[in-house]
Amino acid sequence: MSGQTVAIIDYGSGNLHSAVKAFERAARDAGEADTRIVLTDAPETVAAADRIVLPGVGAYADCRRGLDSVPGMVEAMTDAVRRKGRPFIGICVGMQLMASRGLEYEETAGLGWIPGDVGPIVPADPALKVPHMGWNTLAVDRAHPLLDGIETGRDGLHAYFVHSFALKPAEPADVVAHAEYGGPVTAMVARDNMAGTQFHPEKSQRLGLALIANFLRWRP
Amino acid sequence: MLKTRIIPCLDVKDGRVVKGVQFLELRDAGDPVESAKAYDAAGADELCFLDITASHEARGTLLDVVSRTAEACFMPLTVGGGVRTVADVRTLLLAGADKVGINTAAVKNPELVAEAAEKFGDQCIVVAIDAKRVSAANETARWEIFTHGGRNPTGIDAVEFAQKISEGGAGELLVTSMDRDGTRSGYDLALTRAITDAVRVPVIASGGVGGLDDLVAGVRDGGASAVLAASIFHFGQHTVGEAKAHMAAAGLAMRLDP
Repeated sequence: MSGQTVAIIDYGSGNLHSAVKAFERAARDAGEADTRIVLTDAPETVAAADRIVLPGVGAYADCRRGLDSVPGMVEAMTDAVRRKGRPFIGICVGMQLMASRGLEYEETAGLGWIPGDVGPIVPADPALKVPHMGWNTLAVDRAHPLLDGIETGRDGLHAYFVHSFALKPAEPADVVAHAEYGGPVTAMVARDNMAGTQFHPEKSQRLGLALIANFLRWRP
Repeated sequence: MLKTRIIPCLDVKDGRVVKGVQFLELRDAGDPVESAKAYDAAGADELCFLDITASHEARGTLLDVVSRTAEACFMPLTVGGGVRTVADVRTLLLAGADKVGINTAAVKNPELVAEAAEKFGDQCIVVAIDAKRVSAANETARWEIFTHGGRNPTGIDAVEFAQKISEGGAGELLVTSMDRDGTRSGYDLALTRAITDAVRVPVIASGGVGGLDDLVAGVRDGGASAVLAASIFHFGQHTVGEAKAHMAAAGLAMRLDP
């Protein structure tokens, strides 16, 4: 898509530099150097963007408060994503915010785009440490364009995870991929024009850059 | 399956690497960003910057280094050293750190760890524990936390502190044996094991690596989720790739992505 604009939403959540740089790099790699990657806290920029990225690092409630503290942002996002069908990806807590509610430290309402709760990870094997931290492979539950051309499965590429809480979608069909960590941990969700990754594509080197490139080409 | 992580650690002072990376033809071996790029390309699983700048005024230099690294490297970065307040944590995260290490301040003020975790999530709070063995050889092993580079005893039991702080907001523990640090005689495996057995959070073994078998032992015998090393990588004794191959051959699950 030539000359498209991708809005990465800045709501005071940490570490957005690497997200911006990873999207710029993926756009170049995908031969779409004229893609504009914009880090923005302006609802009107989000409303006008062709694609929308919601990053998120931090505690759930704190991120939700951050998002709500930007006047008009949730409304602009909701309008662009839910009404106009613009491609959307949430990353880490940005993905978790798509859920109905979060249960980290306190109960917090999510955006309600992917029905389900974000609760603590409880591995069946008590020897497994929490947070789920580091590099894990992806087990694909259903094919999705964002995973096109990416080697997944036990011998596939790795994605970088760092989280103590995970989204459990109410509809199993919303789960695209999971990681094995004493049981399945939701790694990627998608519904219609919306996707979300628990892992950090901007930190996941080859797998991450390929996924971002797929997102930039995605026509849901 | 989750893989064991290898984490090279760079000491940074006034924005420059101390004991810089010497295994590659870097234009500037003292530039932390150049070193970070080299480790990124070499397949390191994470990178750690430890800021040992004495003065608090020089923090701006560190932030610049962190932000330039985050822009150049798509790998997870932990930054520690001199973190005293929730505002310090926030500033480092905004500059591009993925995780922030808290050392002395966590010992003096465990409440800081709890506050930072509530604000930013426990997954990005790494508490660094510097411990020395204080029991005699014929006694049950006991370790005490030392601050200020191992000079100041605190009287605090390292294992008890690890347990308490990991239930109080630390998402990961970086456990350094001050007895072994710089000796190249291997991790203090008894210390590492005592702490990994006592906590639910991942533990990074640190201090004393002399060779690749030490990395294997840190995970297999010490129970660590990640191994941190400095000089064996910086001085070209081994590459990260060699370390991974060695650990994989020993039966550990490693990330060997091309």
